[in-house]
Amino acid sequence: MSGTFVGMPAFPEAAQDAVRDTTLRGNLRHATHTIRAKRAKAVAEVSDWAALREAGRRIKDHTLLHLDRYLEQLEAAVTAAGGTVHWAADAEEANRIVARLVRETGESEVVKVKSMATQEIGLNEALEAEGIRAYETDLAELIVQLGEDRPSHILVPAIHRNRGEIRDVFRSRMGHWGRPAPEGLTDTPAELAEAARLHLREKFLRAKVGISGANFMVAETGTLVVVESEGNGRMCLTLPETLISVVGIEKVVPSWRDLEVFLQTLPRSSTAERMNPYTSTWTGTTDGDGPRVFHLVLLDNGRTDTLADEVGRQALRCIRCSACLNVCPVYERAGGHAYGSVYPGPIGAILSPQLRGTGSAIDASLPYASSLCGACYEVCPVAIDIPEVLVHLRERVAQGGPVTREGNKVVLKPAAGHGAERAAMRAARWAFRHPGALRAGQRLASRTRRLHPRTLPGPGRAWTGSRDLPAVPPEPFRDWWQRTHGGQDGAR
Amino acid sequence: MSGSRERILGRVRRALADAPRDDGPVERGYLRRHGERTVEETVALLAENLADYRALVHRCTPDELPSLIGRLLAERGSASVLVPPGLDASWLAGTDVARVADRAGSTAHELDRVDSVVTGCAVAVAETGTLVLDGSPDQGRRRITLVPDHHVCVVRVPDQVVSSVPEALERLDPVRPLTWISGPSATSDIELDRVEGVHGPRTLEVVLVG
Repeated sequence: MSGTFVGMPAFPEAAQDAVRDTTLRGNLRHATHTIRAKRAKAVAEVSDWAALREAGRRIKDHTLLHLDRYLEQLEAAVTAAGGTVHWAADAEEANRIVARLVRETGESEVVKVKSMATQEIGLNEALEAEGIRAYETDLAELIVQLGEDRPSHILVPAIHRNRGEIRDVFRSRMGHWGRPAPEGLTDTPAELAEAARLHLREKFLRAKVGISGANFMVAETGTLVVVESEGNGRMCLTLPETLISVVGIEKVVPSWRDLEVFLQTLPRSSTAERMNPYTSTWTGTTDGDGPRVFHLVLLDNGRTDTLADEVGRQALRCIRCSACLNVCPVYERAGGHAYGSVYPGPIGAILSPQLRGTGSAIDASLPYASSLCGACYEVCPVAIDIPEVLVHLRERVAQGGPVTREGNKVVLKPAAGHGAERAAMRAARWAFRHPGALRAGQRLASRTRRLHPRTLPGPGRAWTGSRDLPAVPPEPFRDWWQRTHGGQDGAR
Repeated sequence: MSGSRERILGRVRRALADAPRDDGPVERGYLRRHGERTVEETVALLAENLADYRALVHRCTPDELPSLIGRLLAERGSASVLVPPGLDASWLAGTDVARVADRAGSTAHELDRVDSVVTGCAVAVAETGTLVLDGSPDQGRRRITLVPDHHVCVVRVPDQVVSSVPEALERLDPVRPLTWISGPSATSDIELDRVEGVHGPRTLEVVLVG
């Protein structure tokens, strides 16, 4: 995964700034609570939700276990339907392929459908460096792009902005990118949507190259699926002459029939709708309808490394619905930017450290960006046990161990920052194996309890910065038990 | 490039070297449709769900269709209407609005100057209030139902109506480019609340004829 967020501080520092920002917290609280209630209602409408979720989990797991076969089948089907398939091992290679394909068309601008994969690889920046301008056309992506901001949510990258802030961005920035915002633009959502419609229309109508991701790829038929709301996806997928889709290899599903599960669970989980306004499916190219040239770039960029981890590979089941973000108490307070990745929230906390490795401060801290409450697992439409993977990754960070990086098996060293924790655990293990020493230690602790500090010194200071040290009782439990014969002799 | 293909497939195989690969077929314990309904109830549910997502729903008999379409175009004030190549000519017998044929060479800018488009559909899904277009001659190319701001879509009931998403997929041909439409274009991007009317047609009128 590319370093789009180079130099990000670890999650606790980044989150600390975010929780002090009352506007941000208000915006996030409002948005996540709105969608939470709506999602619950949309899910309650279907009586077989649990069975759909289980089928979704199984389809994805089955696909991952046979990923090589399904990728080859997909490639053959797309090629037979008139498309060209490219393989990119990492972000840099994917960007190079896309830039070359755009240059070969002779064009210097492209219109883009919202796509997590192209954000992950930093495609816009890479194209900019090649003199190609990429226009984001999803409303929230447009807000982020115009505001020179960073995305903070999977589905709604501008969720951290309220309507007033969006109006200000449109007023001050639209003119730099094309048609300016209408005079007297107010902050009513309908007017803001209208301003985006007018601003982007000229770009759609003249576009020669479109770039997209995909929500699903069907191996059996070679069909790609894009699920969207605004119609910007349809514009980018049908009006240009050339279409380039950059898609993570885990997006493949075996059969056409498998879509019957995900087209029911994805809209209800993401925008809390029975069905999203527009879904487009296409298979290669069609004579006289839509792009004449279709390229599919299959992206690895850390996915096969994730696949190699028996516990962590379930993160690859993710269909990017963002339900886990909307219910997460940590996300609601810290916001998406603190996660230092295009994948924020609970899914980001298990995806980013696996795709990128835990080498940086931010990635090593992400598995700890959770209270392990499990709300994310409850709402996940493909039943990813996010708390299980978080704990697994914490162990990997604290203790080190075998991982796969860029296809090679390596052994991680324990993280330096966890030395005190490990020393404490070692001491505890020794004490529990030596009952005499434990008893002596406990009695000593009880007798000296008035001298104990409220916070730990040295490396323990950070730990007690947000926690109270438990008070030591006047008498160890085992002494009390013996003295009172298990409490039978009365209270004290 | 082929080097990366082999590298990625090799990484996949090594990643799965110890994984059990003999899993059986996926169990599908979910329902084919949610609840049993009569044909009339299914059509009523379609109408209800279409309206819930702000499509304007009309019902008529085949005899009434031309005059209804004529009225819808007149009320909209449309001066021109796009006509897919295989649209039943009688459907437009009740209007004298200028017809614009979709030609292979029509540019997006030309389509942008047309006020309305009238099409049929391939299938309609009652449970979700969804219309699916598959590019058949009575529906035309994908772009003609995208660029004009007013889309009138005719659904033959009950023949073209199914209950559920699984039933719809069974009827559709994945080789054809498909567009699933559930209400006019909308966005949830401002404070996660739904607002209708972004890039696709902002007015979707559905005529249930039968």
